[in-house]
Amino acid sequence: MGLKIIVLAKQVPDTRNVGKDAMKADGTVNRAALSAIFNPEDLNALEQALRLKDRYKGSEVTILTMGPGRAADIIREGLYRGADKGYLLTDRAFAGSDTLATSYAISCAIKKIKSFDIIVAGRQAIDGDTAQVGPQVAEKLNLPQITYAEHVNFAENGKISVLRRLERGVETVEAPLPCVITVNASAPDCRPRNAKNLMKYKHAKTVTETQDQSEDYIDLTTDRPYLQIEEWSVNDIETDAKWLGLTGSPTKVKKIENVVFQAKESKRISNNEDELEELIVELIENHTIG
Amino acid sequence: MANFFTDNPDLKFHLSHPLMEKIVALKERNFADKDKFDYAPMDFEDAMDSYEKVLEIVGEICGDIVAPNAESVDQEGPKIVNNEVIYAKGTQENLDALVNAGLMGITLPRKYEGLNFPIVPYIMAADIVSRADAGFVNIWGLQDCAETINEFADEEQKAKYLPRISNGETAAMDLTEPDAGSDLQAVQLKATFNEDDGKWYLNGVKRFITNGDGHVSLVLARSEDGTQDGRGLSMFIYDRNEKAVIVRRLENKMGIKGSPTCELVFKNAPAELVGSRKMGLIKYVMALMNGARLGIGAQSIGVCEAAYREGLNYAKERKQFGKSIIEFPAVYEMLSTMKAKLDASRTLLYETSRMVDIYKTYMHISDERKLEPSERKEMKRYQKMADFFTPLLKGMTSEYSNQLAYDSLQIHGGSGFMKDYPIERIYRDARITSIYEGTTQLQVVAAIRGVTTGGYVDRIREYEAMELKPELHGYRRTLIGMTEEYIHAAKTVIDVKDNEYIDFHARRLVEMAGHIVMGYLLLLDTQREESFKTSTEIYINMGKAENYARAEFIHSFSLDDLGAYKHI
Repeated sequence: MGLKIIVLAKQVPDTRNVGKDAMKADGTVNRAALSAIFNPEDLNALEQALRLKDRYKGSEVTILTMGPGRAADIIREGLYRGADKGYLLTDRAFAGSDTLATSYAISCAIKKIKSFDIIVAGRQAIDGDTAQVGPQVAEKLNLPQITYAEHVNFAENGKISVLRRLERGVETVEAPLPCVITVNASAPDCRPRNAKNLMKYKHAKTVTETQDQSEDYIDLTTDRPYLQIEEWSVNDIETDAKWLGLTGSPTKVKKIENVVFQAKESKRISNNEDELEELIVELIENHTIG
Repeated sequence: MANFFTDNPDLKFHLSHPLMEKIVALKERNFADKDKFDYAPMDFEDAMDSYEKVLEIVGEICGDIVAPNAESVDQEGPKIVNNEVIYAKGTQENLDALVNAGLMGITLPRKYEGLNFPIVPYIMAADIVSRADAGFVNIWGLQDCAETINEFADEEQKAKYLPRISNGETAAMDLTEPDAGSDLQAVQLKATFNEDDGKWYLNGVKRFITNGDGHVSLVLARSEDGTQDGRGLSMFIYDRNEKAVIVRRLENKMGIKGSPTCELVFKNAPAELVGSRKMGLIKYVMALMNGARLGIGAQSIGVCEAAYREGLNYAKERKQFGKSIIEFPAVYEMLSTMKAKLDASRTLLYETSRMVDIYKTYMHISDERKLEPSERKEMKRYQKMADFFTPLLKGMTSEYSNQLAYDSLQIHGGSGFMKDYPIERIYRDARITSIYEGTTQLQVVAAIRGVTTGGYVDRIREYEAMELKPELHGYRRTLIGMTEEYIHAAKTVIDVKDNEYIDFHARRLVEMAGHIVMGYLLLLDTQREESFKTSTEIYINMGKAENYARAEFIHSFSLDDLGAYKHI
């Protein structure tokens, strides 16, 4: 029995290699100075989807991403690794979306895709670190969600079993399908790009990209429909404008500041029960632990 | 997050050599596959773009997985469990990554599920993998065996074995035996034909077999009862699924410790004859070895690259007497000479690979249609050159890889002698390159024909005639001088008309030719890319002095002087 799996993926600035010009003077991210990459935990999510595809013959993995035109790269990266197709959600109307507006737009796109068993996303993106979009999509679609996933035990007979990585251990939970899963970085790394897939899909393009005359092999999509990356604007999906983009985003960035972690004071405690207990109480009270 | 392809612009430079247009057109039969296979290129640019992108995958896997695993693989090594080889954990991870990325069967035709890449990008992948882990490239590089199957096996065998290799099965070439090392004519492993079931069966022992427990093995065996020499040997395919071979022992080696070196016992092992009987050694093993020698060239250059980078990093970081040690002449001379030898080796590697590409592709085309007379002539010309260049490449670059590893370790000083830095492993790994697939001394035996027949000079004259920017003419004048000196030295030796005398001076003469060839290749690289100028200058300086010393030795020597050397 094949599964229909949607992977939510995001193109993000590579904040792991931040140089001194990574932030602009106004405190926003200088995207031009950072290379655009596949959000790392979304790659962990893709790997889980591909493993399900390997295990359940006839499964189909679809990448869904929202972003500017160049985010089509993310879909191609997914195709090279074994995904079957992709949708790029791109429109000025989506610009400035916070997590709420993003999850709204994405859930509207998923409603249009309609048929699916599992939605997999990375836990969070390295540019915002909110871990909100996956859970919000689940809420908006009224689906059960399993967060912090590390391994899918099985997904059959309308049920999924998932191993979750928690702070103090692991737990196995089950949910009915369809459902949303968000995957941790502790899950297995994504498989490498495959040479044949790469050569097969490297000319895959969105409509906008094929309109760019400087692109090569633009006529190929006529004979090879799998090279067409679906591109959806706000008009292609059913939405209410008031929940979109800046209008739909209650999050306002007030100020961004550089934080340098440093110890202000040090404290020595002896190796006895009383002092240790005192320290534990103190740490719980100031919310360092607990 | 390292990428061993994109962090080394020299690779892309060699990939984009002008001759590639011809090689790709031949290999792709003018892009006939594009309507049959969804991953076949549309045209030359598309093919080159694919090679580059696929090499980026190789570079990423090597930087992120293979290189970080190299230390643990070296420590852990393979082991035997229930007569089977179990790789070190890191080795298996490396192999899984490369297999999942579809990087097996790189040169095989698409109908056997290969990528149909020319030799040049395949060898470049080997160059990259070897830099990451010289021991691991052995296991991965044995996909070379598939080339031999593709060349000489029948259609049924090709259809049976080649797709398996394209999809990740590993291979082995079982040639050496306890009493048949350099002298393969002495192979004794017995192949017997059973009239009842019409099958061949193998019995005997093979030793020093790299990846001996691979899925598909090419085995050299004595099929002709009562014969003693190479003409009684045939080539067989043994399929591991038959489970009729026992891995009796794994060698405990000095280097390339992740690569399992097996002693195998064949116990009535069913096997399939490849091609014609009696052609095993004289035709098929020769082809197999030529491919393998090119592979060892790539391995040597990967080692050179790794050794050079380790030495350079250390020399920049290490401070003594108040400054980085790279600022001392003794150290910067070592490093720039290492770089020159590295660049010289790499340009020879790709020059040789291009020659092999052209003649082998013509050979395959000749199975499909009759070659035009001009094509046949070209095939012969490149084949002849490849036959001279392959032993030159293997001989000289494997020696350079040892020299670079030695010098890089020397730059590390006491720290290099400790297990704390990768150079210690690289130094041990380098050592085998000048030994297996024919020692340097045996490469000289093959290469000396290029000296005595004038083969090297013919090619050198072609280089000499190529167009150069005016500012490079000075280097050419030096190389012309070196050529005259070499021709004179060779003539002096040949005129003695004594084979032992030629053998005695052979290495000197081959190396003289090598210095000139590599000097020219660097010069031609500089014509295309300015950044090679420094290495060209340093290499020609070195080659000139080295050749002068060799010529001097030859000219002040006579047949009578051999006596002193024999007196041991």
